[in-house]
Amino acid sequence: MTNIMPALLAATLETLIMVAVSVSFCVVFGLTLGAWLAISSPQGIAPSRSVHQLLAAFANVSRSIPFLVLIVLLLPFTRLLVGTSIGTAAAIIPLVVGGTPYAARLVEAALLDVDPGLIQAVVTLGASPTQAVWKVYFPEAIPGLIRAFTVLAITMINFSAMAGAVGGGGLGDLAIRYGYQRFRLDVLILCCVILIVLVQIIQLGGNTLARRFDRRR
Amino acid sequence: MSGDPAISVRGLSKRFPGAPVAALDAVDLEVSAATIHGVLGLSGAGKSTLLRCIACLERPDAGEIRIAGSDWTSLGGADLRRERSRMGIMFQQLHLLASRTVAANIALPLELHGTPRAEIASRVAELLDWFCIAEKAAEFPAQLSGGQRQRVALARALATAPRVLLADEPTSALDPETCASVLNTLSGIREQLGITILIITHDLRTAEALCDSVTILNAGRVVETGPASQVLNRPTTDVTRRLLAYNELAAYQHPIQRANFEEIGQP
Repeated sequence: MTNIMPALLAATLETLIMVAVSVSFCVVFGLTLGAWLAISSPQGIAPSRSVHQLLAAFANVSRSIPFLVLIVLLLPFTRLLVGTSIGTAAAIIPLVVGGTPYAARLVEAALLDVDPGLIQAVVTLGASPTQAVWKVYFPEAIPGLIRAFTVLAITMINFSAMAGAVGGGGLGDLAIRYGYQRFRLDVLILCCVILIVLVQIIQLGGNTLARRFDRRR
Repeated sequence: MSGDPAISVRGLSKRFPGAPVAALDAVDLEVSAATIHGVLGLSGAGKSTLLRCIACLERPDAGEIRIAGSDWTSLGGADLRRERSRMGIMFQQLHLLASRTVAANIALPLELHGTPRAEIASRVAELLDWFCIAEKAAEFPAQLSGGQRQRVALARALATAPRVLLADEPTSALDPETCASVLNTLSGIREQLGITILIITHDLRTAEALCDSVTILNAGRVVETGPASQVLNRPTTDVTRRLLAYNELAAYQHPIQRANFEEIGQP
């Protein structure tokens, strides 16, 4: 029986890298797209039916493609950006493309949760739409945004395991190669346990942070 | 122009889409500088719509709004945002930012208008002292009492040294002690800062205690306007008399309930 620990450690590290990098990009792109979705919505500070419908259509189309299909669909784009379609770096591209619209919808929901009366009050104080986003929407929605990004990170762990199945590396890749192709049930179970522990840590950390930043109580 | 009224509203009309009647119907209102004017009426009279139109949160269908001589009716975009420093608003729900400390809440309008940092710090310190909340500067709104939150909201409304203050139901849902404190503060603001105050209220006691003049609204129309003592003591319309009767009933409701309870409780 070969020692699986080095491979497990390497795969865990790959998963962590994939999730950390893709979540970072998704947070930046998701905040931007989500903020536009929120401010252009009928309840937003600068309602615009056409802008909102265009952005919503983009977010919906991207989210309606199954992630495995998206990986295949993006192969030429991935090769163009990172020079290869296999490996951890290559897996990050579909993760970001697939995760951004999801993040945007979560951000939109968190921002629209901010009391509309508060936004109007700040408008009467002289805020421009940009100022309202930076000084009211984002700061007031911090607990909601933390919870949204916690959900996003957990979804990215899920997605990264799928990316692993098509040569993206990480725990998903290891589970398929050893657990499925070589009948190593112990490796399969170990991979699942590590994924479960990762999700628990992220959820616990997210809940704690969200509570710490919640000033409403 | 010094001779202009601080707030002048002429022929203001507003009908919301699908509504069977107009929320405001040719409303005229004039408030002299450095006075306190109350707008009274029952629920649905159009008081809040009037305040929202004056604050440019709603666009009227017709009419003109002038604040300290300048026409606000056609203002928009950056021009309106700049002019907003001349009008402070205290909302019924206060709308303080939960994520900001007391000091940061008061500083917000100054930040929005691009005031230099040193100037913001000194103005905030001045307002914290004025409203006796200096020791609460680093606390968050959720940590304050109702009365303290009212003072923070007032301090924020006055941060840009506006010439006009709009207050929407400033004493509703307050205990008698906090209510008296808010009335004293508003009166003090007018006397010491010479600000014009427009109060929206359904409470005649607030109007009696504070206002120099009042306007009674009913179904979006002005039914009576004049000096507070005259309108409230010698009403000439049925609407005002009904409003007075409702307020008297509300004032006595509590003691009546208590008396009933005591009666039932006796052996």
